[in-house]
Amino acid sequence: MKFAVIVFPGSNCDLDMYHAIKDELGEEADYVWHDTKDLSSYDGILLPGGFSYGDYLRCGAIARSSNVMTEVVKAAGAGKPVLGICNGFQILTEAGLLPGALLRNKNLKFMCRTVELKVANNNTQFTNQYAKDEIIKVPIAHGEGNYYCDEDTLQTLKDNNQIIFTYAGENPNGSLEDIAGIVNERGNVLGMMPHPERAVSELIGGADGLALFKSIVKQWRESHVNQA
Amino acid sequence: MKKVKVYVTLRESVLDPQGSAVKGSLHTMGYNEVADVRIGKYLELQIEPSERDVNTVVREMCEKLLTNTVIEDYRYEVEEAN
Repeated sequence: MKFAVIVFPGSNCDLDMYHAIKDELGEEADYVWHDTKDLSSYDGILLPGGFSYGDYLRCGAIARSSNVMTEVVKAAGAGKPVLGICNGFQILTEAGLLPGALLRNKNLKFMCRTVELKVANNNTQFTNQYAKDEIIKVPIAHGEGNYYCDEDTLQTLKDNNQIIFTYAGENPNGSLEDIAGIVNERGNVLGMMPHPERAVSELIGGADGLALFKSIVKQWRESHVNQA
Repeated sequence: MKKVKVYVTLRESVLDPQGSAVKGSLHTMGYNEVADVRIGKYLELQIEPSERDVNTVVREMCEKLLTNTVIEDYRYEVEEAN
């Protein structure tokens, strides 16, 4: 499976993402610059964390209008897996691929630590290698991860089981309903504030994030076996 | 040439932790009459005349990029630029 790691000016988790895919997962990955106008050769799209365009105006707002985002919207429409982590999540909400928005952390602090997450829904192409309600340890590193949406949107998220990860311990940012990650209605676009790509090896403190990437590959393999 | 002043604020329903912190600080300083503080953004745009109506253009830009209408409200004023 071939992944595109989208790189914006100011992305800084692109190397970790690339490492997770190439070295830990053993799949193909390319760095793809933000002015790329074609993503058709990729099976999965990864939007890494960082501070694209210096977080000017709003986190993810400027990245949203870059050339590559037209292609990301196309890939999402085609049903390809699209994963946005941290700043990637912010970009996906700004682009309208996911509902809601990420606000400033309630305590106004940049939070950088490992947190416990609950896998609230393991019946997705991003979480099929986890058990339902499994508690996993994944690092966070953000100043604006306080998920917000209106009541109707929240109800829709609940009704469709679109809330995928929630903070299991203390809520680090004031996020609504302890939300750490959500998918779109179709289930092929995931946005999350925690960094699974930083939890892919025991050597660096834990490997609980690796199963997320394995889930994507498993689903992709299964859906492509018949077509091969 | 028009000068457009755009004011962006968090929507009423959205908590403003920065505003709350500033309110707390003002109270500490003895300004107990402060009931609430909301922090927003102020943008100034210089708009060249074109065949498009300035109001239409400004509203479009606000909805598409300058604000995130999920969490923010905006208002604007159009003036003649010097």
